Amino acid sequence: MLRTQNLTVAIGGKIICRELSFSIRPGECWGVLGQNGVGKTTLLRTLAGLHQPQVGEVSCAGQPLQDYARRDLARRLGVLLQNEDGEFWGSVLDYVLLGRFPYRTALFGYSAQDEEIAQRALAQMELGELAQRPLNSLSGGECQRATIAQALAQQAQYYLLDEPLQHLDLRHQQQAMRLFMQQRKQGCGLLMVLHDTLWAQRCCDHVLLMFPDGTLQHGAARELLTRGNLEALYQCPLGETEVDGERCFIPGV
Amino acid sequence: MTPRLLFILLLLAAMLSLGLGLTSGSLPLAPGEVGRALLGQGDSATVEVVQQLRLPRVLAAFACGGLLALAGVLLQALLRNPLADPYILGVSGGAAVGALAAMLLGAGLAATQFSSLGGALLAIVAVFGLGFRRGERNIYRLLLTGVVLSAGCGALVSLLLTLAQFEQVKGMLFWLMGDLSHPEGVLFAWLVLLAVGLCAAIFSGGLDVLAGGLDKAAVLGLAVGRWQAVLYFAAALLTVSALQLGGSIGFVGLMMPHAIRLFGISVHRWLVPLAVLLGGSFLVLADTLARTLWSPLQLPVGVFTALLGVPVLLWLLGRR
Repeated sequence: MLRTQNLTVAIGGKIICRELSFSIRPGECWGVLGQNGVGKTTLLRTLAGLHQPQVGEVSCAGQPLQDYARRDLARRLGVLLQNEDGEFWGSVLDYVLLGRFPYRTALFGYSAQDEEIAQRALAQMELGELAQRPLNSLSGGECQRATIAQALAQQAQYYLLDEPLQHLDLRHQQQAMRLFMQQRKQGCGLLMVLHDTLWAQRCCDHVLLMFPDGTLQHGAARELLTRGNLEALYQCPLGETEVDGERCFIPGV
Repeated sequence: MTPRLLFILLLLAAMLSLGLGLTSGSLPLAPGEVGRALLGQGDSATVEVVQQLRLPRVLAAFACGGLLALAGVLLQALLRNPLADPYILGVSGGAAVGALAAMLLGAGLAATQFSSLGGALLAIVAVFGLGFRRGERNIYRLLLTGVVLSAGCGALVSLLLTLAQFEQVKGMLFWLMGDLSHPEGVLFAWLVLLAVGLCAAIFSGGLDVLAGGLDKAAVLGLAVGRWQAVLYFAAALLTVSALQLGGSIGFVGLMMPHAIRLFGISVHRWLVPLAVLLGGSFLVLADTLARTLWSPLQLPVGVFTALLGVPVLLWLLGRR
């Protein structure tokens, strides 16, 4: 279980959340929704151990994150970052292989099994033919698919995904979400920052709503993803419609 | 081109460049004569030229090129900046101030080397202390601290050149442009090159991860702060060893890693050995040309590294 206890997080003097406690259990999918700049990424980085909370702690499988060796933590917790601050000069396959770094045991290079797992992840994201291309020659969407393939190759128990669908076209959004839901079925716990309320409605069983006034609500997606809540969350009027028996909220123009 | 094929080609290039360095000079020798002289056979003058002069020099040039290329690879991974070279963090600036100050005071070769080592070590400690203060690993502050210190050292070097006597200036300029005519500590340099090179190849996965970004490296299980400190000091050790061998030789550390990347090879398990082989071979070739082209006049090797490297790299860049 990935758990936060009495978590108070701040960045640049701004409090993002106060005394937040919730747990992501194996097989659960959480969505985090809120306006730009409300602190979704900071919260996710705190859950990943990249940002220190002011108060409280995050634990994974009963052990606080800071007690883990980073390599052990990386085997349990996969993180897909929204913006990567580096420039990778290698091929797409080399990049996806980095997902196997927490498992690397060979003195030089990666094992055949690691390569096979990376190749499989590439194929799942339809990048097999681009495996030998330099990563920096790919389009934004292809790069995002490579990042997702890298996360899948990590074979973690919990995934924290910051806007995993950014830059993706509809086909690849669907494909990525299917793969995430497969992971969920296999017992992974997921938390994803999303801007598309439709995907949150379709895939998340729990949501965490970060309102502009600094308050947070979390609970079952079906209860919290209401028109009133979403209008308050995004501070814009929404229309409501029904598709395939599911409620959908679309912005009015 | 596959990395394996390039490795074999560069191994051949290394052997060829070493052979060329041993046979070329004011006393041209046939490969057979060099072989016999290496075994201590043949006339004593040839044996002395090969064993006392040329062998130490080509070994120094190869080690120096390898050290600079490896330092470039490590610093480009640490700083995640393609423009990083072994001198970016002020190590060569500190060494230059130390060496030139000693020369100005009329010190001999050993004292000059010692003084340059002192200057380099002071720069290493100052940049690390100021750039990585309070245990907070801010790579941009480290980089800027190095650049600022280099600029300060550059001003001091200009001051020392201005204060120097006319006959001292030539020696100072040779040191600044790189000169392999008086290599010191060749064995130590080779040991450093082999030890750091082997470690870098073994831990190459961490270098790949680090090049992908600090947060990415952390979430993939790398102890980022520890790696940054180790990489900084490893690169500093390589740079100091190279400076002790041949002064401040430009271009090799910056461009050799890029030359290998232009062949489409970026993973460090290949980048490390290939850059070392290329850097070593390249510097042996440049040094051989520097001491033979206008023989008996010996030119600073740093001039040739740029004259040879710039057109080749521009051609490679144009191809891709």
